[in-house]
Amino acid sequence: MTPAELVPVPYTWVLALSAVLFAIGVVGVLLRRNGIAIFLSLEIMLNSANLAFAAFAYRFAAGHATAAAALDGQIFVFFVIAVAAAEAAVGLAIFIVLHRLKDSIDVDRANILRW
Amino acid sequence: MLGSLWLIPILCLAGAMLNLFLGALKAPKPLVTVVGVGSIGAATVAAYGALWEYLHQPYAQIIERYFTWISAGEITVNASLQLDPLSAVMVAFVTFVGFLIHVYSVGYMHSESEAGYARYFAYLNLFMFAMLLLVLGSNLPVLFVGWEGVGLCSYLLIGYYYEQAWCAAAGSKAFIVNRIGDLGFLLAIFATFAVFGSVEFSEIFSTAAGHPHQYAGAATIIALLLFVGAIGKSAQIPLYVWLPDAMAGPTPVSALIHAATMVTAGVYIVARCNVFFRLSPTAMLVVAVVGGVTAIFAATIGLVQNDIKKVLAYSTVSQLGYMFLAAGVGAYVAAIFHVVTHAFFKACLFLGSGSVIHASSGEQDMTRMGGLRKYLPTTYWTFLAATLAIAGIPIFAGFFSKDEILARTFAAGATDLNGYGDIYRVLWYLAVAGALLTAFYMFRAVYMTFHGAFRGGEEAEHHLHESPRSMTVPLIVLGFLSVIGGFLGFPGQLFHKTGWNLIENFLHPVILPLGEAHGAAAAAENGSHAVSLGTEWLLVGISVAVAVFGWLIARRFYLGDGAFALPRKLADRLPLIHKLLFNKYWIDEMYGALVIKPIHQTAIFLWRVVDELIIDTLVINGAAFTVELTGDVLRFIQTGNVRNYALAVAAAALALAAVLW
Repeated sequence: MTPAELVPVPYTWVLALSAVLFAIGVVGVLLRRNGIAIFLSLEIMLNSANLAFAAFAYRFAAGHATAAAALDGQIFVFFVIAVAAAEAAVGLAIFIVLHRLKDSIDVDRANILRW
Repeated sequence: MLGSLWLIPILCLAGAMLNLFLGALKAPKPLVTVVGVGSIGAATVAAYGALWEYLHQPYAQIIERYFTWISAGEITVNASLQLDPLSAVMVAFVTFVGFLIHVYSVGYMHSESEAGYARYFAYLNLFMFAMLLLVLGSNLPVLFVGWEGVGLCSYLLIGYYYEQAWCAAAGSKAFIVNRIGDLGFLLAIFATFAVFGSVEFSEIFSTAAGHPHQYAGAATIIALLLFVGAIGKSAQIPLYVWLPDAMAGPTPVSALIHAATMVTAGVYIVARCNVFFRLSPTAMLVVAVVGGVTAIFAATIGLVQNDIKKVLAYSTVSQLGYMFLAAGVGAYVAAIFHVVTHAFFKACLFLGSGSVIHASSGEQDMTRMGGLRKYLPTTYWTFLAATLAIAGIPIFAGFFSKDEILARTFAAGATDLNGYGDIYRVLWYLAVAGALLTAFYMFRAVYMTFHGAFRGGEEAEHHLHESPRSMTVPLIVLGFLSVIGGFLGFPGQLFHKTGWNLIENFLHPVILPLGEAHGAAAAAENGSHAVSLGTEWLLVGISVAVAVFGWLIARRFYLGDGAFALPRKLADRLPLIHKLLFNKYWIDEMYGALVIKPIHQTAIFLWRVVDELIIDTLVINGAAFTVELTGDVLRFIQTGNVRNYALAVAAAALALAAVLW
């Protein structure tokens, strides 16, 4: 196949996928009680955001001559991945401590910090 | 000494500071005496040295600038002193009389504690500093520093016996009443700066005198505001009430501050700013009316008082009234002349009364005295000389000055000064009546105190003794001056020799000529030549006649076998008038009901309702209570369940998205 035959995926499709993933993540965070499951949902939300960044980078690169402008969104993705890793480390540490205290990682049982 | 005028007040200030220090150390009294009296002695020498040089140089006005005191925007105020004829006269008698009273105080205060003795001299020296600054200052702000300083020292010294509540209260009363006047003075300074752009005497007076019509309106306002200050400081109606109470202080203080010097500051400021007053017929009339009415009003109260110092206090208020009357008819020289002679004879009277009080172990009630002539001969003769002077018996000091005031008031009435001739004529009648009363109440005091039999009981009689040398020497000097001091202002025009009137000629440069022929000024300046020589002699005759008449009534009432019977009969015959005078017209009670009580009630209202109820309870505690209540309700939102929080975050994000859509 020649390059002319390739039809690019419209970026709106990618954004739609990102939105669907984000909604799935939100529902997971709100409905699940298992800490690890919440975490997984959270990662889905972050990755949906990464997808949106990549889609916009692709969309806005078209009008720009320089490579730097096209890379903005992609650089953000790397930042998000790095921060998500750090956040996962902290979060998992919290769940380990929670497990020691309550013998469970059910977040509904971690409710003593209130009025 | 000329060229370092600052030395005169600074020496007094140094004495004050040193004495405060010595008081803290409880230093022995002789040391305090040396510092206290010595510093004033040195200041007196410095002052007379400066005056000697001043008289032997050609300029009428010497201004010494030391440094810029205030410099802000267009305002520049120099710390500067000036010596001109008016300052010279004031400095001459203030330092001299002040020194004598310091000497007298050594004897009078000898039984005080070390700390109290040093405190007394520190305050007295500080007073001298402030008073000299007042009379030497070459602009209104410097004068005002002295003006406030003498008020402060007056307060401190009235409340000297502060352990007694009524003395402390009298001090506060003097201070508060003076504040009312000082507000007027302060506004006058602001007004002067607003109108002239300067506060230096040498500039504002020449500007105003040069353009009389242009500045007539401003001059009225400034003059009246200054006079408000003068009313407070010089105890005129309606602010005179503090002076009789000021007698709570030690007697030498009454002599120095509340008779000879500080209370004449009001007369000084009117004489100093005579240009403004001469530009304003209204201001002159106000000054004359207030002075004339005060003169007779205070004299009537003095008629029936039994406390020897109260009699002298009301007499001082009355004499100050005469000074303002003189200023109000344009006779500024006569006013200052009366200030000087009054300083001599009233200081002598007060020191004499101090000697009497000292001798009779603190007794001030004249009904418990009598016959003291035998025990206190020096006090008696000096007191008598001063009484003759204040009563206006010829050749004694007060005669010349008071006669001059009466003559000039009569002339103001006769020449229809500023078109207010009728009012001035009434004031002349009041002044003559006041002179009669003055002679009566002063001789009444002499007869009740020194003549007849002693009425204080045998116990007190044993203690009677003449005062020590340190007290009698100042008495003798002041008594002597009460006799001859009047020749400073000998009415030479009666003998076609105007050169004989030393003080008139000396003070002449202070009365600046006004640029254009101005009605008020022209009439005032011609006042002394307005009536014929025959009339003047007749006026002299009248004033002598009323003085002698007052003396004779007092003699008939209070001397000899029937003493006290006649006045008692008169009091029984006219109980209402006697009660009215004896209770001082209930003025203090009236002020209490009309001014003090409403202010007190308002203060209570502000305290109980506005402060305690509205501010404390409603605003401050109310705010705290509201916050607490809100928190109590809202804290239930914090469930501790992370999924609730997550739901809230998601819902909020959704809401935000909806809004932004």
